[in-house]
Amino acid sequence: MIKKLLSYVKEYKLLSILTPVAMILEVIMEILVPRLMGSLVDDGVNVGSMEHIVKMGLLMLGCALIGLLGGILGGIFGAKASTGFAKNLRKGMFDKIQTFSFANIDKFSTAGLVTRLTTDVTNVQNSYQMILRMCMRSPATFLLAMIMSFMISVKIALIYLAAVFVLGIVLAIILKKAMKAFDQAFPKYDDLNASVQENVSAIRVVKAYVREDHENKKFKKASDNIRKIFSHAEKLTTFNMPAMNITVYACILGIGWFGAHIIINTCETELSTGDLISLLTYCMSILSSLMMFSMIFIMLSMSAASARRICEVLNEEPDITNPENPVMEVKDGSIEFKNVNFRYKKDGKENVLSDINIKINAGETIGIVGGTGSAKSTLVNLISRLYDANEGSVLVGGKDVREYDLEVLRDEVSVVLQKNVLFSGSIMENLRWGIRKTGGEAVDYDTLSAEEKKKLDEECVRACRLACADEFIEKMPEGYETHIEQGGTNVSGGQKQRLCIARALVKKPKVLILDDSTSAVDTATDAKIRKAFASEIPGTTKLIIAQRIASIMNSDRIIVMEDGKINGFGTHEELLANNDIYREVYESQTGGSGDFDEGGER
Amino acid sequence: MPGPGRGPMPRGMKPMVENPGKILKRLFKYMMVDFLPYWIGVFACIGISVYCMTVRGTMFTKNLINIVTDMIKNQSVDFGPLLEEIIITGCFVGVGIIASFVQARIMVVITQGFQRKLRDDMFEHMESLPIRYFDSHSHGDIMSLYTNDVDTMRQLVSQSFPQFVNSTITIISVVISMITLSGWLTLLSFVLVGIMLFVTKKVSSKSGKFFVKQQKNLGALNGFVEEMMSGQKVVKVFCHEDENIREFDRLNNELCDSSYNANRFANIIGPINAQLGNVSYVVIALVGGLMAINGFGGFLLGDLAAFLSFNRSLNMPINMISMQINSIVMALAGGDRILKLLDEKPETDEGYVTLVNAKKVYEPKQSGAEYSEDEKGSYRLEETEERTGVWAWKHFHKAENTTSYVELKGDVVFDNVDFGYVPEKMVLHDIKLFATPGQKIAFVGSTGAGKTTITNLINRFYDIQDGKIRYDGININKIKKDDLRKSLGIVLQETHLFTGTVMDNIRYGKLDATEEEVKAAAKLANADSFIRRLPEGYNTMLTGDGANLSQGQRQLLAIARAAIANPPVLILDEATSSIDTRTEKLVQEGMDKLMKGRTTFVIAHRLSTVKNSDCIMVLEQGRIIERGTHDELIELKGKYYQLYTGNQIAG
Repeated sequence: MIKKLLSYVKEYKLLSILTPVAMILEVIMEILVPRLMGSLVDDGVNVGSMEHIVKMGLLMLGCALIGLLGGILGGIFGAKASTGFAKNLRKGMFDKIQTFSFANIDKFSTAGLVTRLTTDVTNVQNSYQMILRMCMRSPATFLLAMIMSFMISVKIALIYLAAVFVLGIVLAIILKKAMKAFDQAFPKYDDLNASVQENVSAIRVVKAYVREDHENKKFKKASDNIRKIFSHAEKLTTFNMPAMNITVYACILGIGWFGAHIIINTCETELSTGDLISLLTYCMSILSSLMMFSMIFIMLSMSAASARRICEVLNEEPDITNPENPVMEVKDGSIEFKNVNFRYKKDGKENVLSDINIKINAGETIGIVGGTGSAKSTLVNLISRLYDANEGSVLVGGKDVREYDLEVLRDEVSVVLQKNVLFSGSIMENLRWGIRKTGGEAVDYDTLSAEEKKKLDEECVRACRLACADEFIEKMPEGYETHIEQGGTNVSGGQKQRLCIARALVKKPKVLILDDSTSAVDTATDAKIRKAFASEIPGTTKLIIAQRIASIMNSDRIIVMEDGKINGFGTHEELLANNDIYREVYESQTGGSGDFDEGGER
Repeated sequence: MPGPGRGPMPRGMKPMVENPGKILKRLFKYMMVDFLPYWIGVFACIGISVYCMTVRGTMFTKNLINIVTDMIKNQSVDFGPLLEEIIITGCFVGVGIIASFVQARIMVVITQGFQRKLRDDMFEHMESLPIRYFDSHSHGDIMSLYTNDVDTMRQLVSQSFPQFVNSTITIISVVISMITLSGWLTLLSFVLVGIMLFVTKKVSSKSGKFFVKQQKNLGALNGFVEEMMSGQKVVKVFCHEDENIREFDRLNNELCDSSYNANRFANIIGPINAQLGNVSYVVIALVGGLMAINGFGGFLLGDLAAFLSFNRSLNMPINMISMQINSIVMALAGGDRILKLLDEKPETDEGYVTLVNAKKVYEPKQSGAEYSEDEKGSYRLEETEERTGVWAWKHFHKAENTTSYVELKGDVVFDNVDFGYVPEKMVLHDIKLFATPGQKIAFVGSTGAGKTTITNLINRFYDIQDGKIRYDGININKIKKDDLRKSLGIVLQETHLFTGTVMDNIRYGKLDATEEEVKAAAKLANADSFIRRLPEGYNTMLTGDGANLSQGQRQLLAIARAAIANPPVLILDEATSSIDTRTEKLVQEGMDKLMKGRTTFVIAHRLSTVKNSDCIMVLEQGRIIERGTHDELIELKGKYYQLYTGNQIAG
């Protein structure tokens, strides 16, 4: 995991190395200063040598300057390296997500991906900076202070060593327990946030059923539970400070006692008062560096969860990739399924689609009906290679979809998804999503000439006319420049669906797939759209999934799906004559309990 | 201790916090209330530990050096005074350690308790907010209040604030100790501290500026990512990956830039101050040394050592405070957002008419014989505790000081209702309609004509601008919202389910429903058969808004949920449109059973529903343009006829 993450340091490698170097420079100066101080007191103040005081003072100033340089450079390098690392991580993840197939996307939730790209990366960034700046610093401080102590007095330094040993063990025990507690606590916290999310999106249900109190009660219980778990974890860490303090002060008092003895007994030959001051300062440095180290550990363990989540994205392998020598042209809009079996999970046992064999000619209009869960959407999703068939093959224009360049295929096979979204921006900007790339390069609308812009705009308007979206767009005060809110919340369901159809039509595809895309469109408009399709884009193969029988019964042929199998395939009349399911559906919708628009089609 | 939040950076933060003083004051008050005794405990512990450890500990250095120098001077080997000093200091330090431990424990209670309180308050308040709030705030933004902003508050409460108090107390006690050692040196020390503060302020204002920018950039990136992730499938279908990456790179680089600058300046404050601290140490040593050598004002060597230690102790808290400045700035921004949520006006409810269980008390006949069940004789309603199945509106008339009971029947009248989501733009105009109990009213019309909006007015998700809506003859503004909504069953256009079992989800409509009732409701909605086929039947856990169910199945559950609530008035908003036609036939039967005897407002495309309606309202652009039964409207050959026959295009 760590290796994977570190591979994203990339161009910030040098800075990542320089940061600890600069920090060590600062540490060396920091450690020298107490020594100089000791000398200043001993040989300067004690003997009344102003000269020595000045000399040491100047030396200390020099050290301070070098230390300052080290500190500032460390700060700057660290900032650059860590923010750059974060940038690379975000980019790495985002780029990776862009290569995901539908199957990959299904594995992650939207909220999960957003958290990974923002807060999780920020966590890792902070930890990385801390590692660069502190992780080196603490051990370096520790080591240098220890060496200096040994140089001053071996006997006293041994006291430190003992103290460090004891404190180290105590801190390690606390750390281990606390980390375990935090590991258990964090998932609970995520659950709580998930429940807030749920409430926010289902607020209408909550209010409609007057369940505010019920939700409050539920939330309070979970919230209190979290308080308990986290209190438990945090309480463990409260032992850190006393352990540290006891050791520090025991050392200080001990050094005072033994130091004084050594000074008096050896008449200041082995140890001077100045040395004693230095030792006391080092004592603080050594033990607080140990403390810092343990704090860093806890922080790191907290961001470990973030790192893990980031790696989940980075390690996810897209299961649909471009073939090596892709075919760059789709001959026509004919579609063929040959012995196709499909399962959402590779190792799953039950086929979602099984034994599909159909042939659709270019330019045909095909209706698809079937019950919920009969795998209608799954069937059409294979055509534009949103998922790959497990067995058998899907052919478009006479070639297996796996041979095509993905972009080429998806431009020619335009899908209007069942769960569709519009993006924030003007209506026109949304429609421009359908503009095809030229030579693999996305068209940058802003750089086009006025003439080209006009041409593209006209294509978009034409698509809207086909999808019957022009009527409501033109009624809007700002027309095609009307701003669409995120998720298209400021247009109605039916308007949204029509815009989505228009967007798909801008591509001028050879195959157009509507996956229950007119369910919220009123029946008259629905009929109008179909009429426009028939007259304006007769060459395009059209696959229409619908619940309303009227939406599809005039199709050239109709597929009846049942439990992932083709139950019937033929014209309306044929199916009516020999397909039980189709007849049942038809009769239920026309026999007085069907669709509101059904009457018009007779 | 860094707590549960993920990362310290709130997103979408406002660039500037208005009136930070006021916000700080409010946050402070919020922090103190409920936890005052704890805080007092914390302050006391801080005071004790600062005195016992910082002051006494440093004094020990001074006394140690003085004792040792004395011993050298006097050639004494009497360690008695030293031992005494060590024991005394040891005792003080022991007390100090205990105090700081106690403080840490109390802080855990405060931090976690405060977070809980904050979350609970936020959640409870959020639940009370009108639908409008949720319309006008993105879900991501609301979520970020609970994660990022609560986290900044945690940082404030658990670290910044105690640190601040600790530092202040330390500074005060150190300054006092310093003055007792040497007034002049203290003055000098102040000058040096002044320089340090000046530098810190300069640098941190720079970093603060970039921190604010970083939040803004983070917010922008967040917004982009959120939108694109939720539309990722569409991105794939349109091969829009490259454009996305391009835009993302731009935002990403901007964020990296501001984040670098913010961190850079924040990072160098520490080293600068540390080295300035060293400089101040040297200067004090020089001046103090001179003083000690010249015996100026009885200043001793031990005093100098102690003073130098104190000088160090003074620098440390100042550094600490400067390090907290950024997190205080962020806490202010986070706090501001949280306070804004808490300040949002909750749904107002001036209603006073309540819904109560009632029983019919028949006036006994003169002869003493009782009325038979179906006899619609005169009776009066009497309030009762038990669930009688009869409900009544309890209407208290202030003027006459009397209480009247009106039976809940489901009679709904719209009287010249005007409505707009924003006052400038009316969506509904002059809506007039009435539904007598048990009637079925269908709304038809093009999308965006205002069908859904009308149904949102009945349960007062939104309040009307003009006109009146009456329910059983009572203006709905007078009815308590909770009771009003309880009397209405709603199946919304979009189905939302909750984390929990299938059973829990159906029970949502009636919390005290028995297992049998749940199953009966599921059967009514024809959800029973598919539920049985789930791995664990009614106990199957649903997560992520029922992501493991198909859309049709989710809707069946929503219908079952409405069925179990058993309300006199039903609002069905295109509820059955994405259930497959075969299942739908069964659903229709269930729905028909459900609708029987209930006033129903339905928005659907189903012919049967529309045809069987007692009255059909044809809406266009927020106005009812036609009304009548199916046959009447066909006769009229107007808009309905066009919709019905699909011949609109010709027109």
